[in-house]
Amino acid sequence: MSSANPLLDFVLIHADNSLILSQRLSEWCGHGPVLEQDMALTNIALDHIGRARLLYQYAAELDGTGKTEDDFAFVRDELDYKNVLLAEYPNVDFAYTILRQFFMDSFYIDFLDKMVLSTDTRLSQIANKSLKETQYHYKWSKDWVIRLGDGTEVSHQKIQTALNRLWEYHGELVVPSDAEKIMIAQKIAPDFEEIKALRTQRILETFAEANLTTPSNPWQQSGGKKGYHSEHFGFLLTEMQFMQRAYPGLDW
Amino acid sequence: MKNWPLFEIFIRSKNGLDHRHVGSLHATDAKMAIENARDVYTRRMEGVSIWVVESKLITASDPGEAEALFEPAEDKIYRHPTFYDLPDELKHM
Amino acid sequence: MTTEELEKKFQERIDAEEKIEAKDWMPADYRKTLIRQISQHAHSEVVGMLPEGNWVTRAPNLKRKAILLAKIQDEAGHGLYLYSAAETLGVERTDLIDDLNSGKAKYSSIFNYPALTWADMGAVGWLVDGAAIMNQVALCRTSYGPYARAMVRICKEESFHQRQGYDILLTLSKGNDAQKRMCQDAINRWWWPSLMMFGPPDANSPHSAQSLKWKIKRVSNDELRQRFVDMTIPQCNILGMTLPDPKLVWNQDRGHHDFGEIDWVEFNNVLKGNGPCNKERLEARLNAHNEGAWVREAAMVHAEKRARKIA
Repeated sequence: MSSANPLLDFVLIHADNSLILSQRLSEWCGHGPVLEQDMALTNIALDHIGRARLLYQYAAELDGTGKTEDDFAFVRDELDYKNVLLAEYPNVDFAYTILRQFFMDSFYIDFLDKMVLSTDTRLSQIANKSLKETQYHYKWSKDWVIRLGDGTEVSHQKIQTALNRLWEYHGELVVPSDAEKIMIAQKIAPDFEEIKALRTQRILETFAEANLTTPSNPWQQSGGKKGYHSEHFGFLLTEMQFMQRAYPGLDW
Repeated sequence: MKNWPLFEIFIRSKNGLDHRHVGSLHATDAKMAIENARDVYTRRMEGVSIWVVESKLITASDPGEAEALFEPAEDKIYRHPTFYDLPDELKHM
Repeated sequence: MTTEELEKKFQERIDAEEKIEAKDWMPADYRKTLIRQISQHAHSEVVGMLPEGNWVTRAPNLKRKAILLAKIQDEAGHGLYLYSAAETLGVERTDLIDDLNSGKAKYSSIFNYPALTWADMGAVGWLVDGAAIMNQVALCRTSYGPYARAMVRICKEESFHQRQGYDILLTLSKGNDAQKRMCQDAINRWWWPSLMMFGPPDANSPHSAQSLKWKIKRVSNDELRQRFVDMTIPQCNILGMTLPDPKLVWNQDRGHHDFGEIDWVEFNNVLKGNGPCNKERLEARLNAHNEGAWVREAAMVHAEKRARKIA
């Protein structure tokens, strides 16, 4: 569902990506493979919640109808969330979680780098802060892809399985939606072709180092940016929205 | 399975100060130890620099020899500036 | 020196408030007591992540979600600081975790109670963390150096934990009837288990006397419990809520509040494994450990491969 405000739509795509990814990452809290990595996963989740808040606050201003960051985060309908399908993909296991993170980070590292130059000063400021976080996330997720790919037979098989399954979701990030096309034309968003090329290079280099085989099927799923999500998503929202739905309009 | 080795972590809280021992953690190698230390020991802006060293590589003095090692310094009070009585009219030295 | 002489000298150091460090001579039982207590404390932090983790994905707004997540992450950090202190005594973290998973090692029984509503996030922060801090502040002066230093770091970080919990309840207490009901209900359920956190009465506490003599423990169970009760009552009054104890009354002569008898049958029952969530908590830890095994192994194997390549 797109509104008449492409800038708002654009902001929401990235706010939703951060919120939904952090929701998934926070499911790990207390269940990580080792305490040190439990904390690393939580740190990344916290960075994304912080980023989502900055973007929703901006969205609320753009919207101008008195909505708050929490109205955007918790009381929209499923069709109004614009995050990519990748962000909502369930954790499954550590290998899926790592690969999902790597696909997100390998996009955002170059996207944010260019967003710093956005003609929209607010987005440029947010990108400046987010970029430093993502540089660290990228290093972390890339290292883990390599560790698991070039670790034991079991870990190699698990991350290859995750790759085979998640491959069809990695492309949606670099295909601009209608709102994003307008943003690119207005120089609010950077050229996606360049980012796509940089990202492909990052992905191929990393997979080579991790001894992973890139799947041959080029088909990519899409729909998230338009509000058409996976069947998993309704359950994620049910949980995330529970309080705001059960007790509407209260302070917490 | 071999356990992840233990690393000792040293953090410099700001430039101009020494690195200080803050504790330990487990990591597969020094590179991961630095990353883990970042997440474990600098969540509240406690540091600007991290040192890590595998715990087993540290050689410590023997507490049983502490007297022999450190007590001989006790009677060398003339090494401290307070040992010297200076005239009151001398303001700076 | 004979063991007796060493023990005498050790006690003299303790009495003189000297800290004991990792490589110093210490009685075998001092070491054993510390390993038991510090690891139990570490396990409590890690198991303690579970009831609150249960609400991270349902937190009512973004601000609370971020605060709660940061708070639970701190618990992981605190578990880690404590395991790290225990490891200075010559044990491995994996062995300690195996003892937790096998049920041999204990953790604080409080975490065997369920977190049922959002108000529980408030009550856990205010009462459970409040009780824990009471204990931890006293432990900052414990005689074993690495433990004392870990506690100092933990206390510094914990200071926001209790406040965030109280802040949740304060907001609920000013809310509508449903929120007030939630608030009072959570206080009702968490009050008595929080008092139990200080452990059995001094008269029935088997390890207490020796621990106090060694200054591992600095303040007795009953004294800490009394301090907690005295501190909590005015805070509860500000919330406009009540504590579920009709015998709670100010005693002018003692200069303290009197309170009702703790249900030690329930305490012992939960301790034995019959609390509402004992099995879930242990299963969750065991699953995380077992499902993480291939990850830990892969990372180690990869690091060894890399080291060989460089060599």
